[in-house]
Amino acid sequence: MTPLLQLSGVSKRYGGVHANSGIDLGVDAGTIHAILGENGAGKSTLMKLIYGVEKPDDGQVVWKGQPVTLTSPADARRLGIGMVFQHFSLFETLSVVQNMALIVPGSKADLAARIRDLGAAFGLSVDPQAMVHALSVGERQRVEIIRCLLLNPELLILDEPTSVLPPQSVALLFDTLRALKAQGMAILFISHKLEEIRDLCDTATILRQGRVTARLDPREGSARDLATLMIGREVPPAVQPTPHGLGEERLTLSGLDYASDDPFGVSLTDLSLSVRGGEILGIAGISGNGQQELAALISGEITLPRARDVVRLMGKPVGDLGAAGRRARGFAFVPEDRLGRGAVPDMSLADNALLTAHSRGLVQRGFIRRRAERAFTADCITRYDVRTPGPQAEAGALSGGNLQKFIVGREMMLDPQVLLVAQPTWGVDIGAASDIRQRLVAMRNAGAAILVISEEIDELFEICDRLQVLHKGRLSPSLAVGATTVDEVGTWMIGAGS
Amino acid sequence: MRLHFERRETMSRPVMLAAPLIALVLAMLTSLILFAALGKPAGQALYSLLLEPFIGWYNFSEVLLKMGPLMLIAQGLAIGFRANVFNIGAEGQLIIGALCASALPVYFPEGTSALMLPAMIVLGALGGALWAGIAAGLRSRFNANEILVTLMLTLIATQVLNYMVLGPWKDPHGFNFPQSVIFPDAALLPILLPGTRVNVSLPGALIASGLAYVLMRHRFAGFQLLVGGMAPRAARYAGFSEGRAVWISLLIGGLTAGLAGAFEVAGPLGQLQRSVSSGYGYSAIIVAYLGGLNPLGIVVSAFLMAALFIGGDNAMVSADLPVAAVFVFQGLLLVFYLGSLTFIRHRLIFSRGRPA
Amino acid sequence: MTILAFILAGTLAAATPMLLAALGELIVERSGVLNLGLEGMMALGAAIGFVVTYQTHNPVLGFAAAALGGILLSLVFAALALGFMANQVAAGLAIGVLGQGMSSLLGKPLESQTLTAPDTLAIPGLADLPLIGPVFDQDIVVWLTLLLAVVIWAVLNHTKLGLILRAVGENPHAARAIGFRVLRIRLAAIAFGGALAGMAGAYASTIYTPLWADGLIAGRGWIAVALVVFGTWQPFRITFGALLFGALSLGGLIAQAGGIALPSQLLASLPYVVTIVMLAVISSNRRRMRLNTVASLGQPFSG
Repeated sequence: MTPLLQLSGVSKRYGGVHANSGIDLGVDAGTIHAILGENGAGKSTLMKLIYGVEKPDDGQVVWKGQPVTLTSPADARRLGIGMVFQHFSLFETLSVVQNMALIVPGSKADLAARIRDLGAAFGLSVDPQAMVHALSVGERQRVEIIRCLLLNPELLILDEPTSVLPPQSVALLFDTLRALKAQGMAILFISHKLEEIRDLCDTATILRQGRVTARLDPREGSARDLATLMIGREVPPAVQPTPHGLGEERLTLSGLDYASDDPFGVSLTDLSLSVRGGEILGIAGISGNGQQELAALISGEITLPRARDVVRLMGKPVGDLGAAGRRARGFAFVPEDRLGRGAVPDMSLADNALLTAHSRGLVQRGFIRRRAERAFTADCITRYDVRTPGPQAEAGALSGGNLQKFIVGREMMLDPQVLLVAQPTWGVDIGAASDIRQRLVAMRNAGAAILVISEEIDELFEICDRLQVLHKGRLSPSLAVGATTVDEVGTWMIGAGS
Repeated sequence: MRLHFERRETMSRPVMLAAPLIALVLAMLTSLILFAALGKPAGQALYSLLLEPFIGWYNFSEVLLKMGPLMLIAQGLAIGFRANVFNIGAEGQLIIGALCASALPVYFPEGTSALMLPAMIVLGALGGALWAGIAAGLRSRFNANEILVTLMLTLIATQVLNYMVLGPWKDPHGFNFPQSVIFPDAALLPILLPGTRVNVSLPGALIASGLAYVLMRHRFAGFQLLVGGMAPRAARYAGFSEGRAVWISLLIGGLTAGLAGAFEVAGPLGQLQRSVSSGYGYSAIIVAYLGGLNPLGIVVSAFLMAALFIGGDNAMVSADLPVAAVFVFQGLLLVFYLGSLTFIRHRLIFSRGRPA
Repeated sequence: MTILAFILAGTLAAATPMLLAALGELIVERSGVLNLGLEGMMALGAAIGFVVTYQTHNPVLGFAAAALGGILLSLVFAALALGFMANQVAAGLAIGVLGQGMSSLLGKPLESQTLTAPDTLAIPGLADLPLIGPVFDQDIVVWLTLLLAVVIWAVLNHTKLGLILRAVGENPHAARAIGFRVLRIRLAAIAFGGALAGMAGAYASTIYTPLWADGLIAGRGWIAVALVVFGTWQPFRITFGALLFGALSLGGLIAQAGGIALPSQLLASLPYVVTIVMLAVISSNRRRMRLNTVASLGQPFSG
């Protein structure tokens, strides 16, 4: 049987980087085919080539036995290829049906009816008239999937679809995908979560550094084997936090209410939490439920001048203090977005060290001490194993994992009493991620109070002492990691906790 | 075949230095064609614009005279531009500075006090800073766009100036010209180079350039401004105040423009005139960009622009070109400069394959 | 003609150049691009429109040439902002200076020359109304401009073209991911804005004050930029704002009618002062600004 889609020798370069080299891939109708690889392995580039967003430098694409040239996503859609993007290609200021109308022909009334029908048939219910900015992340994913299905695709590409779903919804999504497969649709499923792939997929193609390293049936062999193929060496062992004496309360939120003045933001209601020295508290939940607002309220990027007492650092009210004031009291923060927030892309690493480490003797009487700045940066680069030519390299030139190690290192070298880390391993390769987790645990053992906001449940279970779940701007009670389960956390993630 | 830009790993220093020169050559060629198309003697025009300013000591000293205010204002503006605070109303701040400085000699036309001149300079600087401060207040308190506010304030300042020189401050013996009385000697800047009109504004501008260099290169406060301009979210993350950056940027810009205004009335003009500025406030924006927003680069670009001003005056006579030709040339210069700037961080790639 | 009708009619005519330019800028900004060169494009259009109408005695030709001039200058901006990914504020200022310089250069030989304004087009019925009848007796450009505001509203809210434009302005990366040619759409929007700005300038020089004087645009381009902000990127609110400023620019006449003697400079400053006040009042509502503003406005996009 001819495969539905066949790639041979497909390559793509960006500048000097080979994002894809000589990729061969065949996808059959009526199968779910996994593309597996860690961050930076070239999965997203490959999907963009198949969907016509980017054009390959070399190689051939054959669709149903005919060689084709995809010059735009519109071409791909015409052939019968649909794609659900990881960071969604929806427009917040438009309604659901307007978002559909951008690429699907038909009158609005007609589209609205078809949206309802598809929703009913595949368990993807969504209100066609709703504005996208009012939808949760999960609902947005449904909108994207429906938008693809309206065009009756024969091949559906999903880029990391489960990263935005709580565990219960993952099962529902898989039911939908299996139903589509039963109708003869081919599905390309991109993920780095191995258990999911073993659960859902018929075939897996593994990418490493832009090349295909293996093709196999994921149900044969363990998740550990898959991981080894994916990263090319043994998987680093999980860290084992040891029980440990607790210090005093370092960070407390008591009944924090925050009405976002951003119409696209999330308001927070009655949040309470407390972190003591020597422990890691994890905030679980799908991002988009108030994580950004929570982090900014703790860091002082958003202040609460009228509610000073609601946020306390080391027992002192700090709600009215800005970010600089809170840092001066021993607070440090690794934000979720590295470029443009945690670091200035067009500045050198040395200047990026100065950004928050200026109080470590890098500034004297208002003058920058270049020598001290360089020394601090060089020290950070060595101690935190940042791969870079040196302190003068621009932050924007570093890979995601290396820059994250630099920012984590910089913040840790401030010897904070309280460290807040948001999404510590987003877009970071497995080696760097495991390194960062080990350092967080080491810091906890040394007595720091650490708050980690993450949407990776496994990561939180690995390093945290306690968990709280953020859902629609509200926090669950504290759950001790030893006494709770992924299912219980998942229940809180969909707001169904008791 | 298709062309596209690709980001360089690091900035290219040679391109950074070459960019203004490339822009100058391209602007010259374009205006040559343009003037020829308009039936003007293009060769003569370019000769007057670009070479005559350097021929003869007097011409050259006039270049030095014009260089002062341009450099001074451009240094102040560049600090704001690097912090993403776009003060495009230096023209108005200059006018208000000139007005404030003129108040003393207008009300004390017979004054002889040695304090008159220093007081005028202080008043001029404060006036300019105050005028820009309105924009700073509106931006930080009401979120009002400073580009539009500073521009509107300039249009208002022009009307205020018109009102004063046509009304209360008009020289009663001035044959109804829109200008004030001639200032007394105590209100005039001393001449630095005998036989020319070069005064203290040039050394003043050079000192300002030195201060700007220290601020942007060595002071933590300057670093904070840079971060605010390059990555506003990083500045918020680090706790650098945005409001403070807005105030500092606008106050410095207003202060330098006001100072330049005081230097003009107390220097070459010797009175308050309706045409007190001749567009320095706008040209300084171009000077700032052409100098790469860099304090040292601005010293060079201010010199260049000053020569262009003198050349423009010459061309009016010798090639029958209107003053506007200078603005056309300035506009072209900025257009080509912004184009060549891209090559500092990018390189142009030819690639085979289908068009995008 | 009653003084009230005179003022109302004058308001419409005075509002037209600002409205025309602002509607063009609205489309440009909705696509995510900030072109601050409006003043220069209007000035250039004013000069070209005047020169061509003066030479050919054909106002339609004058408007067409002005539109072409506006487009050409806007393409210089597009080359910098889209092609070279330059800072849009600086690129707008650059073509602003260039346009104003070109305007003076082209208009110089015709300094103080006059033109005859074209005939007006009265709306049958309404123009015969007592008291306010003259309001409905205006030149055709006024009517077309008002009609254009309605058309732009309809296109933005009820057509696929409008959806695409808004999508590109909100999130160019997502728009590209689903296959829209972001740069081409923005280029078209910029050229459209250039054409309208050119015609707005021609209206000011050939119909509104059919006399050539250097610098006759006098900040109207900047007020048009401000109008887009006041109107929170909505065509009808922008129209309302333009009418308000039209009335303000007649401040002198109104004051005269009321028998108030004020210095002319004070009256001339009035529109600028009101611009600042309105800007502060409207911008201070951050929530509303965030809801209406164009998310990618002013940010360079490559690819």
